[in-house]
Amino acid sequence: MTYHAATVLSQTIALVLFVSLFLAIVAYAFWPGNKKKFDQAAQVPLEDKSDEPEGDGR
Amino acid sequence: MKATTSEEVIALSGATATIAAVIIGAIGAVLAIFGQDEVIRLHGALFLLAAAAGGYYVLTHPRQGGADEQAHYMDGPIKVATIAAVFWGIVGFLVGDIIAWQLAFPALNFDLPWTNFGRVRPVHTSAVIFAFGGNVLLATSLYVVQRTSRARIAGYWSPWFVIWGYQLFIVLAASSYVLGATEGKEYAEPEWYIDLWLTLVWVVYLLVFLGTLWKRKEPHIYVANWFYLAFIVTIAMLHIVNNLAIPVSFLGTKSYSLFSGVQDAMTQWWYGHNAVGFFLTAGFLGIMYYFIPKRVERPVYSYRLSIVHFWSLIFLYIWAGPHHLHYTALPDWTQTLGMTFSIMLWMPSWGGMINGLMTLSGAWDRLRTDPVVRLLVVSVAFYGMSTFEGPLMSIKSVNSLSHYTDWTIGHVHSGALGWVGMVSFGAIYCLVPWLWKRRGLYSLRLVEWHFWTATVGIVLYISAMWVSGITQGLMWRAYDKLGFLKYSFVETVEVMHWPYVIRATGGLLFLLGAVFMAINVWRTIRGEVSSDIADQPETAAAPELRHAATAVPAE
Repeated sequence: MTYHAATVLSQTIALVLFVSLFLAIVAYAFWPGNKKKFDQAAQVPLEDKSDEPEGDGR
Repeated sequence: MKATTSEEVIALSGATATIAAVIIGAIGAVLAIFGQDEVIRLHGALFLLAAAAGGYYVLTHPRQGGADEQAHYMDGPIKVATIAAVFWGIVGFLVGDIIAWQLAFPALNFDLPWTNFGRVRPVHTSAVIFAFGGNVLLATSLYVVQRTSRARIAGYWSPWFVIWGYQLFIVLAASSYVLGATEGKEYAEPEWYIDLWLTLVWVVYLLVFLGTLWKRKEPHIYVANWFYLAFIVTIAMLHIVNNLAIPVSFLGTKSYSLFSGVQDAMTQWWYGHNAVGFFLTAGFLGIMYYFIPKRVERPVYSYRLSIVHFWSLIFLYIWAGPHHLHYTALPDWTQTLGMTFSIMLWMPSWGGMINGLMTLSGAWDRLRTDPVVRLLVVSVAFYGMSTFEGPLMSIKSVNSLSHYTDWTIGHVHSGALGWVGMVSFGAIYCLVPWLWKRRGLYSLRLVEWHFWTATVGIVLYISAMWVSGITQGLMWRAYDKLGFLKYSFVETVEVMHWPYVIRATGGLLFLLGAVFMAINVWRTIRGEVSSDIADQPETAAAPELRHAATAVPAE
């Protein structure tokens, strides 16, 4: 395999891989079924009320 | 149900800490006695001293174990890092302002090797980025990961090793610059053995952080922890690769980089720009995502946006480094790649800024009443401004004007003073009463003073640098009608004088603000009676002291 062929191949694979990975992340973030989970996660910093790990949490 | 630590684990942690101290002390002794130059002998002595102090402490304070040990969050190392951040901040700002006055009045170099600009400048950059910023990140990351995981820090001695080992790294690095030992790589100046020491400290930091996440009782890993983890992992990778070097002797300071030529330059700026992206951005975004919601008692504006913000930021940042090497021997396609990714970074940066700012929606009055919120919010505004300016400057045709001029310095400082500085001050003002169990800060009015001196200082600084940078760039490219350069270099230097005086004055104001902070932090820690507790929001108090009517006294 020539250097040129190797770069074309690796660039194509990287492009497809990273773009589809990113699209998957966006789909995960905006998937309607995940909304409840993320709304709960957003409350995590606000629920801590003492300096005892055992005292908090769900 | 409280887990108790088994006797084997207790014995093991004590033994590991003692053995580590003996090994580090032995290496220090060898370097101190057989070292080939005075810098490495001094540093050997420092290693020996630090190991002896650490070992003595471990042996005289044996681990007790028992149910109480794991009952509370571990805040001791966080307190040390918070105080260290305030201390190193003042050192770093002071050194920076001294060299700013040196640029305006070169006689202030004093013609001494230890005080000249070339040696002192890395002391300033390392002190503000790694010593001040690094300690803020250590303190906040260990605070946030415990609270959002509902788990005590993993490890018993190792968090202490991380905090004190990091302070030792700072002392080693700064003293070597002043004495003239340097690898000559920007923001990566420490020599090989200091790099190895930082690697050790950093890997333990990573393990402590991961171990705490592993122990978590909260099923979801809160987004701030994602940013902190990206910061820790990426800094480890960048630090190790950029500092690959071969020492001339294992008993001497001097080493040579494994790379040379354009590969060396590209590796350096891959490191340099991602130090901006992952140290000064990702880490401090972790602060934004925890401390703004916590202080204003509102969840982040959009948790989904924060996920997209995180992944797009780390996907894009890693490619932006080549914009530091426009019009050099770097291949054209690499330069264009760096520029393209820098411009794409506008989107995650502004997405993140909007997310931070909009967290205040419905609580905008807090901007007026709480200067700590104002510090946090103005920092996010500066984040938006400097991440707009950065991609603009990465465009090759803009860069041909801005590169090598003071515009770059101004841009860096709008990010460093405006974003990193202000968000750190906000976080410190939140942390101190929370950690030391106070009802609030010693004085909210003093925070107000800090906010305004720092803001005016920043505005003076960056506007002076815009003026001087663009003037410089235009003078360098001015030709007369015969095609000769219109200005000699020294003429461009002369023009810089007044902008340099204004810049140094701005820096002095910024330093003054930090002194106000040190006084405030010191008095809050001492538990002095707060002068304006009635004006402070409930969230200024330690969590267990809020809702005073219903709370059960701690301990």
